[in-house]
Amino acid sequence: MRLLAVVVLLASALAVCAEPMSGYAFLDASTRAMQDDEFENPGMVAVDRGAALFHEHREAEEYSCSSCHGQDGEGLDTAEIARYPVYDANLGGLVTLQRRVNYCWEIHMDRFPLTPGSSELIALETFVRNRAHGEQVNVQTDGDMAALLARGETLYNTRFGQLDIACQHCHVQHQGQMLRGQKLSQGQSNGFPEYRLGRGRITSFQQRLAECFVSFRAEPFEAGSEEADLLELFVSSRGNGLPIETPAVRF
Amino acid sequence: MRRCTSRLLFCLGLSLAGQTLAADGGQAYCAWEMQNLAIEGALCGLVGDAERGRKLAADSHGGNCLACHQMPIDEEPFHGTVGPPLHGVGARYSAAQIRLRIVDEQQINPMTIMPGFYRDPRNTNRIAGEFWGKTFLSAQQVEDLVAYLESLK
Ligand code: HEC
Ligand code: HEC
Repeated sequence: MRLLAVVVLLASALAVCAEPMSGYAFLDASTRAMQDDEFENPGMVAVDRGAALFHEHREAEEYSCSSCHGQDGEGLDTAEIARYPVYDANLGGLVTLQRRVNYCWEIHMDRFPLTPGSSELIALETFVRNRAHGEQVNVQTDGDMAALLARGETLYNTRFGQLDIACQHCHVQHQGQMLRGQKLSQGQSNGFPEYRLGRGRITSFQQRLAECFVSFRAEPFEAGSEEADLLELFVSSRGNGLPIETPAVRF
Repeated sequence: MRRCTSRLLFCLGLSLAGQTLAADGGQAYCAWEMQNLAIEGALCGLVGDAERGRKLAADSHGGNCLACHQMPIDEEPFHGTVGPPLHGVGARYSAAQIRLRIVDEQQINPMTIMPGFYRDPRNTNRIAGEFWGKTFLSAQQVEDLVAYLESLK
């Protein structure tokens, strides 16, 4: 009898896990409304800033981003954007959207590379990802990606810090429950970069990751580090099928 | 030469760090012993104070037990629902059983999210620098919480 109860519990827990849910589903109505209204959404400032950088044609330079990708990025393949992070053997393996943007910035435009997590790079990422708004997240999970995903998943389930807890504790085991005043979501990445009301700024996935690390008193993985990229990969693949919401609005 | 100096500094750093291997308040870490899923003796032989324990449970920079548990602390608006409510916990468990649950819940449930508030500080993975060598709560704070929870009949 007891065993049966455990089996039923496990099965229902798995059913919950199998169904990806955007952080949007955990928001109150007013925050949702703010995200949905293009004029109210404070994250649109970063989209505009990204657009300006996208067009910026510096003197004596041959190209801007828009020379190759169209004035408003209409040359960008939105289905391709929804596949990030991608596996690209030419670039040495795992490539996040930020790294791809930085690669174009450096190699095609011959500029000094931007620092991972810098506000320019996040603005450009926000602009590019916003082009694919509504497109379904579609991260590769087989082939070359399989081994990398397994490593990302291991990190996701590893206990860190003074509190000695893992991502899965809050975002799988206890999703939907209240952590003092905050409702725990699945910790999905489909809204990033997102605007954070509590911080008053646009935030990249890896910056959010660092905040979670700080909250359980662990040393965060640096933006652009292998571990942060692997976690971004695993979390993104967990959200396959969710619509891209960039820029989402969250607390 | 330069290498020697930096190695010397490194060793010095380690031994200094070794000395700070203590719980908050500078007190050395007191080893504890688990028997029958409980810790009989008070940590470092200290006596707890229930009133201080109550404050600590609500303090988001202290124990912050309210982050996960509902408790009879009605003046605080937000109580978490991650763990079970702690009303009447003193009637369900002895002080010794409560002590182990605060010190290291993973001894009871290896999968738990509940932090071990007085685990051996050397057994951590990627702890942030400022917390290195420290337990989450001091032995006195744990005893204060034990006294408070024990009073919740
Ligand atoms: C102590 C609990 C806790 C742990 C452990 C934790 N987080 Fe979070 N995380 C939160 C809270 C609280 C929020 C904000 C509310 C929400 O969206 O869940 C959040 C938000 C997020 C978000 C933003 C979700 C959105 O829709 O905007 C992501 C992504 C995330 N976490 C990833 C992670 C990853 C990856 C780890 C492990 C390295 C992790 N978290 C560990 C508590 C935690
Ligand atoms: C991050 C979440 C979290 C925090 C913070 C937390 N707990 Fe818990 N606690 C839990 C969970 C979940 C359980 C359920 C048992 C398990 O998971 O092993 C639990 C169980 C307990 C129990 C056993 C209750 C029972 O009825 O079996 C006690 C006692 C307890 N906690 C006390 C505390 C105290 C005191 C604090 C603060 C110093 C605290 N907890 C902080 C999550 C938490």
